[in-house]
Amino acid sequence: MNTKLATIALLASATALAACAKKAPETLPPPPQERTTVVQTTPQPQPTGPMVGTQAHFAAAVGSSTTIYFDTDRYNVDSQDAAALQAQAQYFARYPQITFTIEGHADERGTREYNIALGEKRANAAKNFLVSLGVDPGRIAVVSYGKERPVALGSDEASWAQNRRAASVIIN
Amino acid sequence: MKSLFALALLLSVALPAAALAQDLGAPIGEDGAVEKTTTDASAAQAEEGISFTVTDESAWSDIGIAIPAFATDRERATPANEAGTGALGREIARVITANLRNNGLFKPVGPDSLPQPAFAEITAPAFSTWSGRSAEMLVHGYVRARDDGRLVVGCYLYDVALQNELVREGWVVGPADWRRAAHKCSDLIFSRLTGESPFFDSRIAYIAETGPKDRRVKRLAVMDSDGANHRFLTLGSATALTPRYSPDYSKILYLSYVDGNPRIYVYDIGTGKQTLVTENRNPTLAPRWSPDGKSILYSMAVAGNTEIYRVPSTGGQSVKLTNSPGIDVGGSYSPDGKKIVFESDRSGSQQCYVMDADGSNQKRISFFGGRCATPEWSPRGDQIAFTRIAGDFNVAVMNTAGGNMRVLTRGWQDEAPTWAPNGRIIQFFRTEKNTGRSGIWQVDLTGQNERRLPTPVDASDPAWGPIRP
Repeated sequence: MNTKLATIALLASATALAACAKKAPETLPPPPQERTTVVQTTPQPQPTGPMVGTQAHFAAAVGSSTTIYFDTDRYNVDSQDAAALQAQAQYFARYPQITFTIEGHADERGTREYNIALGEKRANAAKNFLVSLGVDPGRIAVVSYGKERPVALGSDEASWAQNRRAASVIIN
Repeated sequence: MKSLFALALLLSVALPAAALAQDLGAPIGEDGAVEKTTTDASAAQAEEGISFTVTDESAWSDIGIAIPAFATDRERATPANEAGTGALGREIARVITANLRNNGLFKPVGPDSLPQPAFAEITAPAFSTWSGRSAEMLVHGYVRARDDGRLVVGCYLYDVALQNELVREGWVVGPADWRRAAHKCSDLIFSRLTGESPFFDSRIAYIAETGPKDRRVKRLAVMDSDGANHRFLTLGSATALTPRYSPDYSKILYLSYVDGNPRIYVYDIGTGKQTLVTENRNPTLAPRWSPDGKSILYSMAVAGNTEIYRVPSTGGQSVKLTNSPGIDVGGSYSPDGKKIVFESDRSGSQQCYVMDADGSNQKRISFFGGRCATPEWSPRGDQIAFTRIAGDFNVAVMNTAGGNMRVLTRGWQDEAPTWAPNGRIIQFFRTEKNTGRSGIWQVDLTGQNERRLPTPVDASDPAWGPIRP
């Protein structure tokens, strides 16, 4: 039992070190593998699901609520967004050690500089709402990518709706 | 836990400084002035009293100009052209011909379909040869290799019907700068025949784009006004956007995500080093120079709200110029430095506003339906170019009071106009629907002569610098 705890502690610090060595990733990092190979070789019954402190764990807990969406040129939090942010706030209350970044984005149908400013408004709107729900603002970083990082690649209303977003991302 | 968090904070503060130079390529060196010289092919003085000024565009666009190969006094191989000064003279005539043709100026005929004049003919043209070729104007020139390794390039413009010299000038350039002599000669011809200010001897900073739409690599790059002498300045590991050349070409302002956040850097072209425009934890964007290069405008988001600030280009205290709950961003000085046109959505959508340079008297000027974004004041002072958003995105111009709006382009998404140094031509970038691919285009003030600029890869955010000394 003690050795397992030690292994996990070692693993966690190794992961933290690896993360420190890299510069801050600009895109959402790929979800980690379900389990590391070291854990797989241990004979004990394996814990299921991703580890706390990963984006995969966050996504498994809140589902599609990791991201909220906005109308064209708007940055207000509507009732659907509020429900998603409440789910996020509950998660962050349960895991108070987790810090995270809110990435603000815009669709391609805007000028470049305005879209960066708009992404800032969207990310900050999401941040302020989480803070109003009790999340410590010191745990939340904000970055705007404007229209530079679309997730949906079409030039149509459905794609643009997916790109007008504020995504909460756990970077550990 | 507290101490861990403090450590993390320390690390995050220390990292940006360490990461500063990470994405920079090799510096390209300082930009210099071209030395003027008296033309020394000896002979004919220009006669007094010749005046040939055409102001009506339709009249001069039909002028036929013959541009045969520049001659040389003595064939010598140089680093500019191993085949010799004669071959270089042909290249110079080709560059001049391409300049005039690509910009829809006159009806130029280049050296590849013309006889080659001898060196002695440069100052004494065989006019009968050229009048028979329906050339109204004739360009002659020569290349001479000096013993110090530099080149002398002379440029002469003749009126064929009057059999008279209209203008001549000479320049001394290093071998690496031979194209600048061709651009100076193009400018001399253009200015003499149209009465307008020159623009060919200038450079363009822009963003070079590669890769798929969701993982676009965006690098800072520069090139001459005709696309030659192309250089990448950043390596592409961090997204670079919205460059602006300083009025003296010694620095470039641009936005980089090199520390993970959008921040404006001042890149020194001579040393290849860069610094933050302002020491601040908030994101900064939309950098602009004042016409005298002494001030920089930037926009900064504080708690989500973006306002426009001014800071001395040598560093120091920033002054906040706007203060509205909406997004205020960008800004472009009038050429006299007294006013600034900028964009704001304080009325509910992006519109263009003018204010005094100290931030007072903010007034909306765009009232024509649709949106007004990325306004840029013409170097001539009388026009403002902007991105008009009304369904599609198009480049348009208006006067400084917002009147006489004219849409110049018809692309799906044309944005971010930048003016040629003489205010006659506007460059912008056009993005393709669905693929997201982009290119730099240009159009003249009449909406004519739209063309795509050749760039090695996709391109956006052009910023045209001033005429070079």
